[in-house]
Amino acid sequence: MPLISLMINGQERAAEVPANRLLVDFLREDLEMTGTHVGCDTSQCGACVVHMDGKAVKACAIFAVEAVGQEVQTIEGEADADGNLSALQQAFKDQHALQCGFCTPGMVMSAADLLAQNPKPTEHDIRTHLEGNLCRCTGYHNIINAILVASGQDPTVPA
Amino acid sequence: MYEFDIFLPTSVDDAVEKAGEDQQFLAGGQTLIPTLKQRLAMPEALVSLSKVAELRGICRGDDGALCIGAMTTHANVAQQSDFPALAELADGIGDPAVRNRGTIGGSLANNDPAACYPAAVLGTAATVVTNTRRIAADDFFTGLFETALEEGELITEVQFPIPDSAVYAKFVQPASRFAIVGVFIARFGTDVRVAITGAGENGVFRWAEAENALADRFQSDALEGVGLGDVDILSDIHAAEDYRRHLVTVMTKRAINRLCSQ
Ligand code: FES
Ligand code: FES
Repeated sequence: MPLISLMINGQERAAEVPANRLLVDFLREDLEMTGTHVGCDTSQCGACVVHMDGKAVKACAIFAVEAVGQEVQTIEGEADADGNLSALQQAFKDQHALQCGFCTPGMVMSAADLLAQNPKPTEHDIRTHLEGNLCRCTGYHNIINAILVASGQDPTVPA
Repeated sequence: MYEFDIFLPTSVDDAVEKAGEDQQFLAGGQTLIPTLKQRLAMPEALVSLSKVAELRGICRGDDGALCIGAMTTHANVAQQSDFPALAELADGIGDPAVRNRGTIGGSLANNDPAACYPAAVLGTAATVVTNTRRIAADDFFTGLFETALEEGELITEVQFPIPDSAVYAKFVQPASRFAIVGVFIARFGTDVRVAITGAGENGVFRWAEAENALADRFQSDALEGVGLGDVDILSDIHAAEDYRRHLVTVMTKRAINRLCSQ
């Protein structure tokens, strides 16, 4: 089995895995980084979104070997080393943007990707950018408010 | 997932050499990887193109064509400004995470009957360049998930002649973001090309009757009474045949109106 070594949240992590290991399984099963979720088998739900070289991608639709040599950012890297939540995570908490929390890692990573490109998104920008993130608890309004608040805007969507 | 090997070549030559029998090229993987999970495809090995740098990038050819490397992502195509209708088409594929990974070459090689890129390629008479030859768009799409590509042949680049004006109008299937019907119209001088995706049972096709009518008069009412000829139209849980047939005309008219009001 090949030894796969990746840069994840700024740290080198390695494991011996079968060649066809998906990135999401590498994270969850081999490195026990279970923050990244798997919500579907069809690459449609967005629960597994991580960043690769600064861009949002679905970790269930990439093989771990394909991520070698690239910087992977996961939800575990959002809070700082002392466990203080990022502004985005804090806004999700304050705006009650999660119920069961299953979709949340993907939502936060997609939202972080949006804010990196567009620091003051409109409600429309947010909805469009989150097209690939599904919430089975359907708490979309609060998720949008959280992203508005995290970008220094007022939460305008009625709950 | 079942067991298989993955090769990671770094050049086109190396990739083609690695691609033996029962092996498949892996481009962005946004369709192929879910397909593998369901075992709808079961190659013995994949040849991942993710590390082949020469397959990525966008430039202008000597003849003015927009040349897009096969492994260029939808997100990168969406960012170029030389061909705005193509940028808009790319920006409407899937969702942002899919666009950061999915590629033009992968989409064309797969030739999904509801994919967006085939409409632009056929609608502009683009050229699909492979490791061995150049294939005209009119010869490339040969049927449902079928192309002119031979076993082991690899798309390296797509060359788009840039039209005087063009537009893509898509009636989206909201869950998958594929086209229920997508219409690409391009004007080159007095010539008009109309390519329809999402609707044909054999995949993307040119709507010749509409092209003729629009070459005479580029107005949406020029389509009155213009039929679809003998094209077989898809019918599925998302849209029945007569609905899709109607939608082709509606979306083509919308596309024309958008072009006329630009
Ligand atoms: S697990 Fe659903 S998109 Fe990746
Ligand atoms: S909070 Fe439960 S799935 Fe989104």
